[in-house]
Amino acid sequence: MSEDRLKIGEVELRSRLFLGTAGYPSPDALGRAIEVSDPGLITVSLRRENAGGSGQRFWDILKDFDIPVLPNTAGCFSVKEAVTTAEMAREVFGTNWIKLEVIGDDYTLQPDPFGLLEAAEELIARGFEVFPYMTDDLILGERLSVAGCHILMPWGAPIGSGRGLNNPYALKFLRERFVQKTLVVDAGIGAPSHAAAAMEMGYDAVLLNTAVSKAVDPAAMAGAFAKAITAGREGYLAGLIEAQEKATASTPLLDKPFWHQ
Amino acid sequence: MRVIINGKETRCEAPLNLYDVIEQQGYVEMLIAVARNGEFVPKTQYKLTDLIDGDQIEIVAPQQGG
Repeated sequence: MSEDRLKIGEVELRSRLFLGTAGYPSPDALGRAIEVSDPGLITVSLRRENAGGSGQRFWDILKDFDIPVLPNTAGCFSVKEAVTTAEMAREVFGTNWIKLEVIGDDYTLQPDPFGLLEAAEELIARGFEVFPYMTDDLILGERLSVAGCHILMPWGAPIGSGRGLNNPYALKFLRERFVQKTLVVDAGIGAPSHAAAAMEMGYDAVLLNTAVSKAVDPAAMAGAFAKAITAGREGYLAGLIEAQEKATASTPLLDKPFWHQ
Repeated sequence: MRVIINGKETRCEAPLNLYDVIEQQGYVEMLIAVARNGEFVPKTQYKLTDLIDGDQIEIVAPQQGG
């Protein structure tokens, strides 16, 4: 389905799996997961460099894949930290894309909607394409859209929880309301079926990390997610039937043996 | 002169600009970005950014992320 490629701005992505690069058992395991799943983009971050060159070595692993990178502002609890981190990421990675995280609660890692909106406005004014990591709140989505976000990334569940889609009702409603917007379920995904469910709702992509990096076999799990996301997307495009309360026989009853009225 | 680099206090000879610190600490050839006192400093401004005692410098590089 090459005509069904997702585009972010002028960039056509090769798949609808957005894969995180954190927490793999080894650099090789990360590399194999990327090879097997062929993600549309990969997420990265910035951390303090100790002059040992670890950042360069990590980047050397990724750059050969020639996959777009989406830097994040993970761990930022304030607008100022997030904006400064985004500026540093733009220089290091050479992209104006930023996965904007402004965290409001360190137990649930729930986004701070007020800080998120303020940081998004500031970064858009500075020329960034902001991918906001947000709750599934409709009004927040509307405010971020008005601010200039072309992509919205509501959480499925808290980061790393593996709970899947905690609130399918809200996620469906966001999809129905933001018909033209690029919507990505980000965080909380635990199983390929969760990703397929998001895609069947009409989401444009799924961003996940822990479900792959902490799997017993990360590469195999990455492959399973890639298939689930493709299956979910194709199911959505094919048109799902409406769920019914009662049974409807799929086999015609007319002229069935021993038929009587 | 005292400069805080990635949270660690470091003694440097004054006068000093940001490029001097990056060079002295071995970061020149590295893929890094820098903030001074919480504000991003573009590469083009390193030599134009004079430091004062107690400045806080963050030097970051690519890392894994979700």
